[in-house]
Amino acid sequence: MQARPDTIEDTIALLSAQNYVCGRDLGTVAYLALTLGKPLFLEGEAGVGKTEIAKALASALGRRLIRLQCYEGLDAASAIYEWNFAAQMVAIRTAEATGSVDRDTLQAELFSDAYLIRRPLLEALEPQDGGPPVLLIDEVDRTDEPFEAFLLEALSDYQVTIPEFGTVKAAEAPIVVLTSNRTREVHDALKRRCLYHWVDYPDFERELEILRKRVPEATEALTSEIVAFVHGLRGQDLFKSPGVAESIDWARCLVALDAVALSPALITDTLGALLKYQDDIARIAGAETTRLLDEARRGLMDAE
Amino acid sequence: MTPAVDHDAEGRLVENILHFTHALRKAGVKVGTAQVETAIRAVAEAGFSKRIDFYHILRATLITRAEHLEVFHQVFAMFWRDPDFLTSLMHMLSPQLESEPERRKPDAGQRRAEEALSGAQQHKDHPQRDEMERQAILTWSGREVIRRKDFDQMSAAELAEAERAVRALDLPVKPIRTRRTRPDRYGARPDPRATLRAARRRAGEIERIERKAARTRHPDLVALCDISGSMSVYSRMLLRYMHAVTHAHDRGWGHVHAFTFGTSLTNVTRALRQNDPDLALATVGREASDWEGGTRIGAALARFNREWSRRVLTSGAVVILITDGLERDDLDLLDREAARLSRSAGRLIWLNPLLRWEGFAPLAGGVRTLLSHVDSFHACHSLDSLQALSDAFGQRGLRDRMLAEVRTGL
Repeated sequence: MQARPDTIEDTIALLSAQNYVCGRDLGTVAYLALTLGKPLFLEGEAGVGKTEIAKALASALGRRLIRLQCYEGLDAASAIYEWNFAAQMVAIRTAEATGSVDRDTLQAELFSDAYLIRRPLLEALEPQDGGPPVLLIDEVDRTDEPFEAFLLEALSDYQVTIPEFGTVKAAEAPIVVLTSNRTREVHDALKRRCLYHWVDYPDFERELEILRKRVPEATEALTSEIVAFVHGLRGQDLFKSPGVAESIDWARCLVALDAVALSPALITDTLGALLKYQDDIARIAGAETTRLLDEARRGLMDAE
Repeated sequence: MTPAVDHDAEGRLVENILHFTHALRKAGVKVGTAQVETAIRAVAEAGFSKRIDFYHILRATLITRAEHLEVFHQVFAMFWRDPDFLTSLMHMLSPQLESEPERRKPDAGQRRAEEALSGAQQHKDHPQRDEMERQAILTWSGREVIRRKDFDQMSAAELAEAERAVRALDLPVKPIRTRRTRPDRYGARPDPRATLRAARRRAGEIERIERKAARTRHPDLVALCDISGSMSVYSRMLLRYMHAVTHAHDRGWGHVHAFTFGTSLTNVTRALRQNDPDLALATVGREASDWEGGTRIGAALARFNREWSRRVLTSGAVVILITDGLERDDLDLLDREAARLSRSAGRLIWLNPLLRWEGFAPLAGGVRTLLSHVDSFHACHSLDSLQALSDAFGQRGLRDRMLAEVRTGL
């Protein structure tokens, strides 16, 4: 188990060792989340690395990653806990057959730890090997509002109340990361209990660094061309601008095609890795590609 | 790396953070006491050797919404510019700055930040405004004039007003009842599937009969906003309103689409989706190129019908048409296109913000033509506040009375 980082620089270095490159802003927020034991609430466009940071934190600190993927209709039974009804029935039948057990003992046995099915939220509160786990609550904006109320109790006191059983409280607070794509506004009451951070597209230098770490097999020249081109694309009026995840995918595509430099034909063929809407592809393919590529190259020349 | 701070200095820091949160609140950012406490703890815990760390710490703890990031940035920049911020405040408000030869264009959110730091300092009203207004209203023509527009920045009070108005808005539209259902403990219909699903988890034991109810859905909203010369005074407010509607996630609209039209049609939906209202309005001002030009309502509607209606008018969308209805061009075209729009929209609502007097009679050809195609017609006599706009939608529609007047007039 890796010790908790002591400074902001340590946090950034720790994440960087996991191939997660983050700016000083995100580093500061991550450090605070670890030090203050507050949940981290990340919002931003799709594909800017919100989910990745939880994975990087877990593997950097040697903790277990518990993931709760949210969806519409997610209820307490599949997020927190559930009683193992079938096993309880078997226990009752057995007790009936032997006819030996008295009522109170049976009751205590049926609603004991052994018959409790733990779902991610409860699991995260239990002690784990290697220290408290990293709990990733992904795309919290997809759940219904009532579910946020469950989260409030779980995240503010790190405890869950089970009526038949009592209150389960975490001995040591887990590291919680919530992400949202902002398809709806998550309630302020939840956000206020968290450290809020808006994850933006990275700037040129940082994206270059990310690509170098993630796709080391690409040549240096290709990497800078890719980043320059993607940055040019983000300035265009697109339905969905490509995120970092897309530029990594695209770099891998180009490496698989043994490319050493970009060309308009190559870009048009592989544009599907970068843009996911037909309208956007139609806009960019063709003459626009050539123009953007020229612009990107000119930008690189100026920088040198 | 935590710097050794003596007790006195720490006390002053806490005090300054408190002042800073007050300034944020004045700029329209809601900050809770628990958040301030977290901020102070975080600063004490992390310590900071760089100003930028301090900035990030305060931002992470005090801000909970993306649209407040820009305001935070501005307030921070002004508040912590130098420790003796009152002096700098005096400097900021001194007349020398006003007469600086070259005034930098203010960043988005700056006005709100300035207001917050200068107390209830009133901004000077522009005296030319009345005159401009008169000119703009009296002249309308079909000439195409390419103009870009720069909007005044929002004040915190204006923003609060916009939010209030959007919340108070009561359009004559009900939520759509769909054929789909949702689980509901006290719903009208039994849900056999859910009952069996629950039973299967309990080894076939049925605990209770699950129930369901019909799901309702909020209709999409499409706003078509006239930005020609005669409407120009109001365009800023209308766009502000649309921005507020776009961002009112809890207000119960599905998707919100916004278009502006004068001599051509521009889709400004994406521009309005930007978090900060100032940035959004600035982008709209750049994107639409026909500010304060003439009006070709018929042609604009034709383009909308051809290029956009099939994409945005699906599943009973509500269309709000905001225009004075003063059409220069072809009335037949307007008639045809308005009819088509009326048929493809779930509901077509016309808001005329330029109804100047009570005894308005629908004499202009364009007004008459449009009237016969809309589902409801609303008007306000002046559009100086968003409240007036909300009130106009709340009143009973004027369409039937106006149509009757048209008929008797014939």
